[in-house]
Amino acid sequence: MFWNVTNAMLEGMATTIELFGLTLLFSLPLGLVIAFGSMSKWAPLRFLSQVSWVPSRLKGLAGVRPIKLIVDLIVWIIRGTPLMLQLMIIYFGPGLILDNNIWGSGNSGRFIATVAAFVLNYSCYFSVIYRGGIEGVPIGQREAGQVLGMTKSQIFFKVTLLQMIKRIVPPMSNEIITLVKDTSLARIIAVSELIKVGESFMKSDGLIWPLFYTGVYYLIFVGILTLLFGYVERKLSYFR
Amino acid sequence: MAVLQVQNIEKHFGKVQVLQDISFDLEEGQTLAIIGSSGSGKTTLLRCLNFLETPDGGKISVHGETLFDAGDPATQREKEVRKKRLHFGMVFQSFNLFPQYTALKNVMLARELLAKNSPDYKSRKKEITAEIETQARQLLQQMGLAERADHYPHQLSGGQQQRVAIARALAMKPDIMCFDEPTSALDPELTGEVLKVIRSLAEQKTTMIIVTHEMAFARDVADQVIFMDNGVIVEQGNAKDVIENPKEERTRRFLSRYANS
Repeated sequence: MFWNVTNAMLEGMATTIELFGLTLLFSLPLGLVIAFGSMSKWAPLRFLSQVSWVPSRLKGLAGVRPIKLIVDLIVWIIRGTPLMLQLMIIYFGPGLILDNNIWGSGNSGRFIATVAAFVLNYSCYFSVIYRGGIEGVPIGQREAGQVLGMTKSQIFFKVTLLQMIKRIVPPMSNEIITLVKDTSLARIIAVSELIKVGESFMKSDGLIWPLFYTGVYYLIFVGILTLLFGYVERKLSYFR
Repeated sequence: MAVLQVQNIEKHFGKVQVLQDISFDLEEGQTLAIIGSSGSGKTTLLRCLNFLETPDGGKISVHGETLFDAGDPATQREKEVRKKRLHFGMVFQSFNLFPQYTALKNVMLARELLAKNSPDYKSRKKEITAEIETQARQLLQQMGLAERADHYPHQLSGGQQQRVAIARALAMKPDIMCFDEPTSALDPELTGEVLKVIRSLAEQKTTMIIVTHEMAFARDVADQVIFMDNGVIVEQGNAKDVIENPKEERTRRFLSRYANS
């Protein structure tokens, strides 16, 4: 029995790891894009404040930053609603609203929809962490780069980036560890991740220990990640 | 002809006028000290010269070339501003060294990045990097930091950090070196070692603008002094004359606070 359970669980674990890995792969860069969006200073109506014939009531529009506005709205909605709800809407929504299940049928369709929901959700959380990291780098660092004639991208990649990474490792490790456990939400649309496998043994064989056993998998997974983050923090401790 | 000509610079932050009709010339090899109380606009003036702030009015020329003209948007394009900045070197009050690089790398980084644009960079990469490193080590030696080349900023004292920052600015071979209160974040002992380095630069006829609260230093090292108050130049002239025999009442009042200390 133990080997049966272990075999099934390793399969569930594979799904969990796959979901975890794909979510990180896409949401880490997407989060950075969203972070830049939320820091966008682009204000196409800025000229209104300079023109004399515009009524003063409209001058308030001069400060409107549309990219920041849209991005902040999306981040608010995604962080303000449960991932479980987002997962259900993303998976069932297209079929029920558009009469078109864009995710495809069966297990692979469910898995793709899950990855999409997780990427959207996590990139919003990551974006806020990135923004904190970027804004936490003293303005003097950017100015020092500027007066030395560096381009904006040189300043970002050669000056700001590593300092930002150092700053975001602790909050990132929190968020990524949460992601490990959030993968269990995928079972709501019947993706057979770890807990769903454990639960199936409870239902079919009346056993409780497979559920405890799933906990061991999470603990080991998170344990490895904790060691990894500790290593990264040590690697970056050579500067302050 | 003057290396630097600043004409009628104006700067507002919102409704507050920070700089008003600032004009002065600086000759090659001369040192100009800008003095005045906090909030008088000294730092803003220096930041305008380094294009960290955009003046609302006026003109800035170096070697007769107009670098900035408030009336001509073509002089304010991001790409060109970047090149023009290299006419000026800037040393900040808070050093602003890059913490993740060694002292040596701090001095080399911007030169290396600039060298990447040169057409023969790929074929001569090793040679160019070696050249830049030799020059950087020379500068650090000149600053008395030859043995500290491989230290990270947090392993250096404030005075040492500031001297690395001076070397970093010098590495770009600017026409004019700007110092924004270079010793204000340092205790008296460390102040001395930084002032010594700046003094030796003055002796080598480096063209410099120094915003400072060190009156004795301004008097001894600078050729010219500008006294600013509330965003205007109240008095300017020969350093000894302005500091020892100020003509304006406001300058006298400002300097009297230093006389007793």
